[in-house]
Amino acid sequence: MIDQAIFRPVVPAAAKRPRLWHWREPSILPGFPLGLGITLLYLSLIVVIPLAALAIRPWELGLSGFWRVLTDERVLRAFRLSFGLSILAALLNAPLGLLIAWSLTRYQFPGRRILDALVDLPFALPTAVAGIALTTIYAPNGPIGALAAKFGIKTAYSPLGIFIALVFIGLPFVVRAIQPVLQEVDREVEEAAQTLGASSFQKAFLVILPAIAPALLSGVSLAFARAVGEYGSVVFIAGNMPFKTEIAPLLIVIKLEQYDYAGAAAVGVGMLLISFAALIVFNAAQILLARKGRA
Amino acid sequence: MTFDTNLTRRRLITASAALGAGAAATPLLLGAGQAQAADALTLLNVSYDPTRELYKAINSAFASWWKGRTNQTITINQSHGGSGKQARSVIDGLQADVVTLALAADIDEIAARAKLLPANWQSRLPNNSTPYTSTIIFLVRKGNPWKIRDWGDLVKPGVGVITPNPKTSGGARWAYLAGWAYGSRVGGAAGAKEYVTKLYKNVPVLDTGARGATTSFAQRGLGDVLLSWENEAQLVIDEFGPKFDIVYPSSSILAEPPVALVDKNVDRHKTRTLAEGYLNFLYSPLAQEIIAKNHFRPRNPDIAAKYASQFKQIPLVTIDQAFGGWKKAQVTHFADGGVFDQIYKPG
Repeated sequence: MIDQAIFRPVVPAAAKRPRLWHWREPSILPGFPLGLGITLLYLSLIVVIPLAALAIRPWELGLSGFWRVLTDERVLRAFRLSFGLSILAALLNAPLGLLIAWSLTRYQFPGRRILDALVDLPFALPTAVAGIALTTIYAPNGPIGALAAKFGIKTAYSPLGIFIALVFIGLPFVVRAIQPVLQEVDREVEEAAQTLGASSFQKAFLVILPAIAPALLSGVSLAFARAVGEYGSVVFIAGNMPFKTEIAPLLIVIKLEQYDYAGAAAVGVGMLLISFAALIVFNAAQILLARKGRA
Repeated sequence: MTFDTNLTRRRLITASAALGAGAAATPLLLGAGQAQAADALTLLNVSYDPTRELYKAINSAFASWWKGRTNQTITINQSHGGSGKQARSVIDGLQADVVTLALAADIDEIAARAKLLPANWQSRLPNNSTPYTSTIIFLVRKGNPWKIRDWGDLVKPGVGVITPNPKTSGGARWAYLAGWAYGSRVGGAAGAKEYVTKLYKNVPVLDTGARGATTSFAQRGLGDVLLSWENEAQLVIDEFGPKFDIVYPSSSILAEPPVALVDKNVDRHKTRTLAEGYLNFLYSPLAQEIIAKNHFRPRNPDIAAKYASQFKQIPLVTIDQAFGGWKKAQVTHFADGGVFDQIYKPG
């Protein structure tokens, strides 16, 4: 008995864990009450109250009415289009955004700063301007649209057009999420890997990628979240045909035009729930990756 | 111990002070927009999209006319956007003194939902409260390569028709109803439904507003014919000149964009006299002349006669005769699951 007790492995994590539950970790920094007060007020005003107002609205329809709105064929198609294309756009932006962030942080070349500033352009442009500009280029009489039309590919006014717009607005989220982390990756770790005989490939995939993976994932999830709600740039390039190129945010606007506030809110809440679920998955994956990276 | 609780209490007080200060400031922030000074004599006209140029001209004419009569200096602010969106803003609290929208149904909604004006608002001013009218006509590419002369030509296979989504655009609703009126003239009720179904099968893109559709047609080169407000078509000709031709179909619809005083808002701002003066001014020969010059059809018979050459006379059905009023038309055609929704099927 005694022997067993002695040989029971000591779990360091358990020893570190505080014995009592504290409602906050003790901190020596002052200003916590003021900070928390302002945080709560600001978050309530900006986020919680508007979202609560949105969540209250659809119940005017009753649960069955709410369900009927969300399972309407047209709404389902719009959801599939919005969420499907947003995921695809975010996934395309992952490798390309990584590549751009890599080029911008790891190499010095003339014009680097200009390229760096260009990345922010989709952030800064009003979405309508972006939409009109993209449509001008990708319309059947635009330079790229005309070229694509020669090969029988329809760019603007098709799901492909929506995809292009979503890639455009999502790119900076990925690049800007990765860039600072990539800059901070310890050169010494890379050099250590090299002295231990790691190939460039091993260095990239076994040393650098695990370190930036959480940031990459966070960028992708931001790009995805932004794309799902994007309205301004997409309506210009989408063509807006019911069942084909009608995005979920447009359906909300259409319902509002009919003074169907409850129906619009129902679609909004539906989008919110799906987005929320997606973000939870992304966040969980991020935490897992971060743990793995640290181990 | 004592020290500890004191500290906690002090901290709590700081936290609640921060909350309280913010909460106290909130009504100030929210109220600032509404506290429009009544004594500065400003009027807010909330209108729809294609009247931008029209009301700019009318407002400056009215301001100088009013100054001459009362020696008051006034400012008139304009707000433009899709008709339904504008009505919704007024319902949600935009402090409009007068509304000048694309169709009566939108003002009906303001009366019904926000009770800002009485339900019989449309009988308070002459001509159904519409000081000007317009209609829906065709704009085709120069030389009219598809030989589009009438509504029947729009449903030929291969013709691309550009018109916005009637769900989001007031002008598009008039265009849809004009098409329906043609369809029922040739084929009765069943023919009308068949006609609009075929018509919208030829629409490659549904823009959300009239300006968007005009851009798609004029600048993106989409489609062969644009169903357009008469005044908007004239603007395109003014802007792009020789690239387009206007085609008047054999019949269309009398589009009546109504105007109304928003009673609750003018009483709050104490601007009733001014707002009434403004709306009555729209019927004056001076304003009617400006209206004609901006390609809207004037109501005043003398002015209408003077500009007769500008506005081709074609048979126009009215919403009341052909559709039993806007309320009925809205429910039958544009509500969820209405005739327009039935055109589109999953596939």
